[in-house]
Amino acid sequence: MENLKILVVDDEPGIRMGVHRVLDKFVVDYPFMDDSIGFDVDDASTGEEALEKLNAVTYDIVYLDNKLPGIQGIEVLEHLNKANPATKVIMITSYASLELAVQATKMGAHDFVPKPFTPQDLRSSAENVTKQIFLKRMMQKMYKEGKQIRFQFLSLLSHELKAPLNAIEGYLKIMIEQKEGKDIASYDKMIRRSLDRVKDMRSLIFDLLDLTKIESGELAKKTEDLNLCEVLKNSLSSIQPMAIQKDITLGCNLSYPVIYKADPRDMEIVFNNLLSNAVKYNRQNGSISCAVSDTSTQIEVSISDTGIGMTPEEIDRVFGEFVRIKNENTRNIPGSGLGLAIVKKILDSYNASIRVQSTPGEGSVFTVTFNK
Amino acid sequence: MKTHTILIADDDYDYLYQMCYHIEDAGFTVIKANSQAEAEAVIGELKPDLALFDLMMENHDSGFVLAYKMKKTYPDVPVIIATAVAGETGLNFGNGNQGGWVKADKYLEKGTSPQVIIEIIKQMLGI
Repeated sequence: MENLKILVVDDEPGIRMGVHRVLDKFVVDYPFMDDSIGFDVDDASTGEEALEKLNAVTYDIVYLDNKLPGIQGIEVLEHLNKANPATKVIMITSYASLELAVQATKMGAHDFVPKPFTPQDLRSSAENVTKQIFLKRMMQKMYKEGKQIRFQFLSLLSHELKAPLNAIEGYLKIMIEQKEGKDIASYDKMIRRSLDRVKDMRSLIFDLLDLTKIESGELAKKTEDLNLCEVLKNSLSSIQPMAIQKDITLGCNLSYPVIYKADPRDMEIVFNNLLSNAVKYNRQNGSISCAVSDTSTQIEVSISDTGIGMTPEEIDRVFGEFVRIKNENTRNIPGSGLGLAIVKKILDSYNASIRVQSTPGEGSVFTVTFNK
Repeated sequence: MKTHTILIADDDYDYLYQMCYHIEDAGFTVIKANSQAEAEAVIGELKPDLALFDLMMENHDSGFVLAYKMKKTYPDVPVIIATAVAGETGLNFGNGNQGGWVKADKYLEKGTSPQVIIEIIKQMLGI
């Protein structure tokens, strides 16, 4: 448990003791907090003593009486605003004077408690300010993490873009130096490899655009009642040429309509990605089958392949950005490493889920569940 | 004169092809490895005169692992790690032994020209 530091500034010993009594053992706990928060209460009987303590220690919360024997509460507030603006100040005010309230608020006081206060008054003010402090910290943390994630993404992206550029540049240099003589045919393999890398890079850029659009929420969804079997059939016919090259059998029974409200472009991206993976990571003469089930609460679409499969560790990573499972079997399979990250993002936006069952060397089943 | 054997490991097909092309062109014998696993198998079978490893292959630290294994098996074989990571992450790998436990003798940026790499290889082999 973490403790917030409180300083009570009041010339009346009764008030100081009262705050100790109520807050020393008080704990704030919200369901959204990982951990509960308690308080360490310290006190000062004059403004001068308060300033001394405030200069030595950083407090999270200050309960401040305005009417003090020497320098006034307002002056302490002024000092705090300059020295440590993050400290939350709660004014203890005996006469609920509107004038003072306005002045103190202008100067950044966070809240008021009346004097005399009930234990409940004090507890609810402490609870409120703690919630604020906690939320502010969370925001700061999320902002920092967000920046870090963005940085990681950009590093990976620039790596993914640089690799094909280096490869193409390398081949061009060999060619311009005519290292293999003057006959263009001698460079045939290098030209073909360069074209392959250009193609990969283009598909990476397209995937990246998809991903950016999804993330920015720029694509307003145009949802309509879709027959998912129809969408799946279209995706199947678009991957058919790839499948024929590998002699892969497509076995799907999609005879009855299954209606789901969605943007057709989203569903196309999802099924195209899953099906093209099922071809890419399949073996020669393998097969792909699709099954759609429709119950009163859910629609499930599953796509099974007889491909190289994945280990549990690989399954854990496979929906990340720029993740490509690298092993003996995947070395020559092109891909941006973004396909499944895109699928996951789209499905998230529909509150739909995806799960994977896989056995290395036997194949994988990707199952998408849409809630009705 | 004995030709020196260089082990090159990289999972980028084209980078590997081009490195071999240039290094063979410079008169070396090259053994290619397409992955960390392949490179490990090579280390188990023979002793190259120098090794050039990509940092990120099937694992993010493949190059480090290979450097470690190489030094453990053949402490006198110079190891170069080529990485595209340094520039992007701002990670600075110290050359020589500044890298601490990472016992590679030299770190190179992935974009380094083949001529420069060949010069460095010659220097490290003392030829």
